[in-house]
Amino acid sequence: MDSGGIAAGAEDVVSFFRECGERGEVALPVVRTGSYGYAFADPLVEVKNAAADPPVLYGLVDKAVAARIVEEHIGQGRLINDHIVASRIRGLALDGPTTAILVKDTSQEDGDKTKFLQASILDELKNRDYGDRIQVVRALDMGIYQEGVVVQLLPSCVTYTNVLSRDIARIVDGCGPSGAVLNDLLHSRPDTQVRIVLRNCGKMDPESLNAAIAHGGYEGLVRAFTDGKPEAVIETIQASGLRGRGGAGFPTGLKWKLTRASEADHRFVICNADEGDPGAFMDRSILEGDPHAVLEGLILAAYAIGADKGFFYIRAEYPLAVKRVELALTQAREHGLLGRDILGSGWNFDAEVRLGAGAFVCGEETALIASIEGRRGSPEPRPPYPSVSGLWGKPTCINNVETLAAVPWIVAHGADAYARYGTGESKGTKVFAVTGKVRNSQLVEVPMGTPVREIIYDICGGMQDNLDLKGVQTGGPSGGIIPESRLDTPVAYESLQALGSIMGSGGMLAMNENDCMVDVVSFYLKFCVDESCGKCAPCRIGGYQMLQLLLKIGRGRGSLEDLEQIERICKTMQCASLCGLGQTAPNPVLSTLRFFKEEYLAYIEGGASYARKRKRALSEGKSLKEAG
Amino acid sequence: MAVEVPFGSSILDAARAVQVDIPTLCKHKDLLPTAACGLCIVKVGGSRKMPRACATEIEDGMEIVTHDAELTEIRKATIELILSNHPNACLTCGRNGDCELQTIAGNFGIRQDVIPRYVRDLEPDCSTGSIIMDFTKCIKCGRCVQVCQEMQNVWALSFLERGINNRMAPAGDISLSESPCVRCGQCSAHCPTGAIVENDETTTVWEALRDSSKYCVVQVAPSVRVALGEAFGYPPGTDLTGKIYSVLRRLGFKAVFDTTFAADLTILEEAAEFVDRFASGKGELPLITSCCPAWVDYMEKRFADFIPNFSTAKSPQQMLGVMAKTYFASESGIDPATIYQVSIMPCTAKKYELERSEEMYASGHKDVDVALTTREFARMIKQSGIAFRDLPEGKSDSILGTYSGAGVLFGNTGGVMEAALRTAYFMVSGKNLEKEAINIMPVRGLDGIKSAALDVQGTEVRVAVAHGLGNVERLLLTVRQARRNGEPPPYHFIEVMACPGGCIGGGGQPYGVCDELRRQRMKGIVDSDLGMALRFSHENPEIKKIYSDFLGEPLGEKAHQLLHTRYKDRPAYQR
Repeated sequence: MDSGGIAAGAEDVVSFFRECGERGEVALPVVRTGSYGYAFADPLVEVKNAAADPPVLYGLVDKAVAARIVEEHIGQGRLINDHIVASRIRGLALDGPTTAILVKDTSQEDGDKTKFLQASILDELKNRDYGDRIQVVRALDMGIYQEGVVVQLLPSCVTYTNVLSRDIARIVDGCGPSGAVLNDLLHSRPDTQVRIVLRNCGKMDPESLNAAIAHGGYEGLVRAFTDGKPEAVIETIQASGLRGRGGAGFPTGLKWKLTRASEADHRFVICNADEGDPGAFMDRSILEGDPHAVLEGLILAAYAIGADKGFFYIRAEYPLAVKRVELALTQAREHGLLGRDILGSGWNFDAEVRLGAGAFVCGEETALIASIEGRRGSPEPRPPYPSVSGLWGKPTCINNVETLAAVPWIVAHGADAYARYGTGESKGTKVFAVTGKVRNSQLVEVPMGTPVREIIYDICGGMQDNLDLKGVQTGGPSGGIIPESRLDTPVAYESLQALGSIMGSGGMLAMNENDCMVDVVSFYLKFCVDESCGKCAPCRIGGYQMLQLLLKIGRGRGSLEDLEQIERICKTMQCASLCGLGQTAPNPVLSTLRFFKEEYLAYIEGGASYARKRKRALSEGKSLKEAG
Repeated sequence: MAVEVPFGSSILDAARAVQVDIPTLCKHKDLLPTAACGLCIVKVGGSRKMPRACATEIEDGMEIVTHDAELTEIRKATIELILSNHPNACLTCGRNGDCELQTIAGNFGIRQDVIPRYVRDLEPDCSTGSIIMDFTKCIKCGRCVQVCQEMQNVWALSFLERGINNRMAPAGDISLSESPCVRCGQCSAHCPTGAIVENDETTTVWEALRDSSKYCVVQVAPSVRVALGEAFGYPPGTDLTGKIYSVLRRLGFKAVFDTTFAADLTILEEAAEFVDRFASGKGELPLITSCCPAWVDYMEKRFADFIPNFSTAKSPQQMLGVMAKTYFASESGIDPATIYQVSIMPCTAKKYELERSEEMYASGHKDVDVALTTREFARMIKQSGIAFRDLPEGKSDSILGTYSGAGVLFGNTGGVMEAALRTAYFMVSGKNLEKEAINIMPVRGLDGIKSAALDVQGTEVRVAVAHGLGNVERLLLTVRQARRNGEPPPYHFIEVMACPGGCIGGGGQPYGVCDELRRQRMKGIVDSDLGMALRFSHENPEIKKIYSDFLGEPLGEKAHQLLHTRYKDRPAYQR
């Protein structure tokens, strides 16, 4: 459970289980975890009964469902309908007898088909006298979409897709002691997702150092200390091809090398956890789900560059992340992972948390430094880069949460293991927070180079309500909008940039046919206008004036000259703004002018009456097609 | 074009070295780049990014494009954006004709408003009576904030809010008079637009001049004579004393005095004070000068524990004021109540000094009625229709008008110290400094803190000079530390001027101040001293006369009553 889970009611569920435990109704320990990433199914409960049984993940659990879990699942061993989130493991062989069958119709029209299939399978089982031995349960989610009825056999996780009534007998046959896998129905494609950064999220208690260590925590640090010099860590990270996950994609190893090369009596490392893009929750989930991984990454970064002090710069809107990081710091300090002579290495390092006060621009590294120093959070010109002169004028290395979370894994598993994933210039995996009009909003982690289409359709289940996808916004307010026609673009720094968008920190927002691009762009630009620090003229005035022109067009009062002026201001902001906020704020405007110009022209040509008609249609919940 | 510049130069400096001016509205020669305006973008090598010339250090072999069609178009669009957020009320603005934004808009040939105007409705701040802030005209270049916080260490100004609502204002959104502002006016001297200007009181002075019941007299400060010329096309540093006397008479002043006379008077009192403390052990050391009103205000707000160290001698402006309304009035048989005294000052804080405390009314009237800055004075001359350049050299009134070279030195940093030491040496030893020792070189120049040790009859006198309030804290902390440790003071005599360069760099002087200009004005001051036969305040015949006829002895009872003042601990924030 992360903040998202708590917002969905996870606290109630936890206290219910705890009360049951106190009354002796549940003998199992209740453990809070971070988020598994399945935001669409929050709150989630994983039941790990006996060691032999595979764990079962339940989604959309409220108190009533929790009561049924206690009574039926834990008490009687019966799985509960409509709440199970199926395992993403795709079994290829039946080892041992099947104990349960999950069933779910994955077509968009989820009517009675699931229930019908469930009943049919039950009937068939009864016919064979398996009825009391094998349960048939309707699942909440299979992780497979648009593949008709999907059936998963437990515990083998053998999964069949596009199951028809006529296949039922064969499937049930296979559930017997001598059953065989039905190769024509078998779903053998492994899950697209690769969990490196999210390796422990949702799987363990993020407030326990022991749990972290049991899940491989601090192995990287130990390896770094035993293997050799700090330079070796830098070499490993350079060889892995890891690039900054905060947005700009600067090679992490090179950044470390440059910071180490700057002569100084002190050096600093900072974890940038000022995640602020609308719709982005990657960094929060990581900090809440596996704070020790990020801390270990920070310690490794500090060791590599020779820093003696580190900071977590976390936005104050993330109280749970702050709490868990503070706790991780305390635990690490108590166990000699922070402080003097870390793990007997003779090297000293400590870190503390600094809170951001809600300014988006403080994610920009020079503004972040100003904020930590207690000054107004406004960007400064670069160079000098922080790697030369950063916090209090000392060489400073600033890395994003996700970047740091990947570091321990790379150090522990080797650069090659990481560089195996990804494309030429973009190695490894990337976490995305997929939101908007997709069926299953969630956190996904995929290898670089995965097509956007695969993320939207194969992982997140496609679009809600069977509406057509119009575009996918990546990179938050600094990013652009990828039209449906370019959906096969692989996610990588270069390919997204070529489309006028950016990877950004990993927000991915899907929009459907009813989303008006002029509205969407106005929203993103307004965000940047509100969050501009106001220091430099191109961003301060350019953003505001461009927004006025966009709103004018949206009211049907715009002209082609306004469109020209918008393009002119875009160019000015891109070239003359001081920091990334202003330089990239025009991206949504420019990318929509490239791919959706007809929507702007429709407002200009259609005038005020057209604009009113569209607004009315949207407010009445009609589709834009209906509105004409 | 190849250019070779010192290591660490910015692209902007390098371009200037080859006579190429890259436009900027925020970079000021005195200040670090704020990188706010975005006009100085250039292209470097093949990079797509356009770094700011002001903030980018030049590197060996760098290929830079400073001007091309694309850069010009982006700069023009940026200027248009700035204008869309500016009232563009040029005709009624205090900077009309002398505004950096106006100039740059003109240079870029901007002929129409292409972007609709949006200007926030913000009340101006007129609370100090010295400085007027019209926030609507602010282009957020950040110069004033940097001047106030870093150069002057006053911290009255800051930026509030963000985005399009970002605005310069007194920190905490209070009025300037409630803030730690010391009215030095350096913000106004560095502002590129009309957002911060002096409180223009020329109309008040015109009214007084036209009022036949008033007997208008005027005094002009030492530093004004070497800076005023800039407004009339003279090279900086040109000494225009004679023409200034002429124009003041033509404007209708019945008596023209010179503040430099009062500078000599101040020296007599202050040197006597120093000798009293140094040689006779009466009072605290170091003695600290007090003729700069911004410095006095700063001390009262920030270093009130140094009040016992402060010279109680009034500033020359106030000394001349009280002498005019007492001595001059009785000598000339004029009712002091009818005397209306105007001072021409390089300074906005002088407007505040007029009513600083009850001692400023020692004559029984307000000793000086109104203080004009050099900028206002230039404006008055232009209004009068007098062809300033063609005027003959005039003379000051012989009473309260004769001065020594030492008095002129008051106009620049180190000058008070130099003048005081010349007289203190005489007071202790009974003889003047040898000719080659008259120029006390270590206290001259633009170093932020200057110090010297002087041999006075076998005793070492240690002195220090600070200018620019940002340099004061460092100096005074060493004194405070020594006091705490029970050690002898590191210095016996300290001079402080609030503005960098002293009064020649004052907040009320003509625009465009930078070190180069300060040096030129300083040269005018130093040359004036060198060119004079009379170089010691105590040898000024009018000074001798005024003591024998009227005041008695320096630090005597009458002198004390008319020429000295008191200080009090004031809160930095009045709210």
